[in-house]
Amino acid sequence: MSGFNVVVCMKQVPDTTEVKIDPETKTLVREGVPSIINPFDTYAIEEGIRIRERHGGKVTILSMGPPQVKDSLKEAVAMGADDAVLISDRAFAGSDTLATSYTLAKAIEKLGSIDLIICGKQAIDGDTAQVGPGVAEHLDIPHLTYVRKLSELRAGYLRIERMVEGGYEVIETSLPCLITVVKEINEPRLPSMKGLMRARRQEIPVWTSQDLDVDPQRIGLTGSPTEVVRVFTPETRATGEILQGELEQQVAALVQRLLTAGVL
Amino acid sequence: MADIRVVREECVGCGGCVAACPFGCIRMEDGIAIIDLDSCNFCGACVTECAFNAIILEKDRLEPAATAGARGVWVFGEQRDGVFSTVTFELLGEGRKLADALGDPLAVVAMGEGLAVDPLFAYGADTVYLADHPVLKDFRDGPYTHVFEELVRKYRPEVCLFGATSTGRSLAPRIAARLRTGLTADCTGLDILKDERLLVQTRPAFGGNIMATIHCRHTKPQMASVRPRVMKKAEPQPGRKGELVRHPVDPSAMTIRTQVVEFIKEDIETVNLEDADIIVSGGRGLADPKNFQHVADLARALGAAVGASRAAVDSGWIPYSHQVGQTGKTVSPKVYVACGISGAIQHLAGMSSSDLIVAVNKDPDAPIFKVCTYGVVGDLFQILPALTEAVKKAKAG
Ligand SMILES: Cc1cc2nc3c(=O)[nH]c(=O)nc-3n(C[C@H](O)[C@H](O)[C@H](O)COP(=O)(O)OP(=O)(O)OC[C@H]3O[C@@H](n4cnc5c(N)ncnc54)[C@H](O)[C@@H]3O)c2cc1C
Ligand SMILES: Nc1ncnc2c1ncn2[C@@H]1O[C@H](COP(=O)(O)O)[C@@H](O)[C@H]1O
Repeated sequence: MSGFNVVVCMKQVPDTTEVKIDPETKTLVREGVPSIINPFDTYAIEEGIRIRERHGGKVTILSMGPPQVKDSLKEAVAMGADDAVLISDRAFAGSDTLATSYTLAKAIEKLGSIDLIICGKQAIDGDTAQVGPGVAEHLDIPHLTYVRKLSELRAGYLRIERMVEGGYEVIETSLPCLITVVKEINEPRLPSMKGLMRARRQEIPVWTSQDLDVDPQRIGLTGSPTEVVRVFTPETRATGEILQGELEQQVAALVQRLLTAGVL
Repeated sequence: MADIRVVREECVGCGGCVAACPFGCIRMEDGIAIIDLDSCNFCGACVTECAFNAIILEKDRLEPAATAGARGVWVFGEQRDGVFSTVTFELLGEGRKLADALGDPLAVVAMGEGLAVDPLFAYGADTVYLADHPVLKDFRDGPYTHVFEELVRKYRPEVCLFGATSTGRSLAPRIAARLRTGLTADCTGLDILKDERLLVQTRPAFGGNIMATIHCRHTKPQMASVRPRVMKKAEPQPGRKGELVRHPVDPSAMTIRTQVVEFIKEDIETVNLEDADIIVSGGRGLADPKNFQHVADLARALGAAVGASRAAVDSGWIPYSHQVGQTGKTVSPKVYVACGISGAIQHLAGMSSSDLIVAVNKDPDAPIFKVCTYGVVGDLFQILPALTEAVKKAKAG
């Protein structure tokens, strides 16, 4: 057994902590907002590297997005991934989760025989958590979401713990399989000096729609059944009342209002 | 392929589109709007905004699929050990309104073993499609997707709703991919455009910074997931009857590759945050783990559950299961008391739909005061003990 062939799907996202709302225009200020590896995907990358360290094999990072995503792919290589591939083409723009998962699945098919695919639990920009299960469906392999622990991995077999409401499930599955991971699974490492050097030299191939065996009707905006028809800033709640006076008066006023509201 | 362009002759350089773009991909150069095509997502916000019709968006879309005749609003009946989850009943409450708006029946798809379906009728279902079989006892992507797909192909629903739980968020995208239809995650608002029979889906994006309205016009069913506690349950009508349709289950037709070995309950908290009527949460302002005692004391006096900001969780002061926010739990209690929490957008994303919000913070400019119902500006180390005493007194007398 020569180890496991692992693919990690990674998305580059705007750092939403840095996103600010312009108080005048009530719109999103994206100026100077850094792009980062989707935080949940760092756990996916770490888990992929750990599997290779423990069992041998290979970790390939796959990402779909604009050319600048190369920076994030290099970061993943610096952490210890073996290879990285960028899927980038204007024809993929406007993809919703269905088109994205279809395209990623096509790229994974091109990568050859894969044992395990790891995704983050969700991406922080869209928060959908839909791409992982979608990829698994397009590849016709099983998927397990919210994985917090890989308990056992051997040829053709995987046993995991999966977080659910009120506890966790222990599940066995066959390989190949796709998992999505939560932050409990590990502590992602920082890139090493050696890794950074390697990342600098690493070639990152870019695959376009021409390189993938995709149906043009199923990619990009055309292949996306959901349509964003309006984007707006959420209504801010009516500004509340700041209770005045000394401490005792503030507390008394608050208790009074809670009593009036009938919640005590 | 979709395309977007600025008509130079029409563009007056007003900059309206720059402000409207949620992706920040439009800039002004020499008084003309330039769209960065690498980051444009074709959402069309700029097109709507532009008063001069200077932006043209061409969407090359699929022909509407042959979905004529699809009817009915479906709710996925999530269960564990034969007990339907709360979110199933919340979805029935919302589904009833949507079904009535469409003039459609409301149905539940119930899968499991030995299920008692009467409560589903009491909470508003007209029909229950019941797939009762040992192979469906626990949720597994293979068998569940298989049965759901069979039902959809046979009965052709127009709308399908799922709870955004660990089960729903695993199952719904798998089904959507198989049916090649759209799925909108974590909707906070649902509505119907009657004439077009469209489900109007509204959801937060970018960590709650913006809201997006989404349609799925060309494929059916229109699928959406909704977080627990966002929708309201209907009043149950005991004895209300409906139609029970038993769906035959044939395990030999399914690909079964996973086995649930066991479910292990973790009693991490005495009160379940998502079900609590009152929550008292603590943040970095507590400064030290032992100060969570102040929060716990107030919570006990109020009969509340204890929540936390991510800063408090990341500092190791309290387990992750207490975290409220974008990457924690979404809660919507009757009362939410935020103590020493600044009110970062990711925290607000998880609690801003609470009925009544109380904020205690020493910084009068903290963003939490913008969303609170009642704000107390001051030192929580003095305020919380005083408040706890006052609450005890009020409750006693
Ligand atoms: C991808 C991502 C996801 C995130 N998800 C979440 C999430 O799910 N939940 C979440 O909460 N955060 C989340 N965050 C983090 C979020 O951005 C904030 O960093 C966090 O909410 C801040 O927590 P805090 O308010 O406790 O701390 P701070 O922002 O440091 O605020 C502490 C507050 O306490 C006040 N204070 C200090 N001392 C006192 C005192 N003696 N008396 C009264 N007030 C006092 C201060 O004035 C200050 O306002 C996320 C961030 C990212 C990037
Ligand atoms: N464009 C993309 N390229 C690569 N992986 C992606 C992409 N979009 C989503 N993913 C993966 O799917 C997961 C869930 O994303 P989402 O469904 O957008 O919340 C992410 O954590 C990634 O692992």
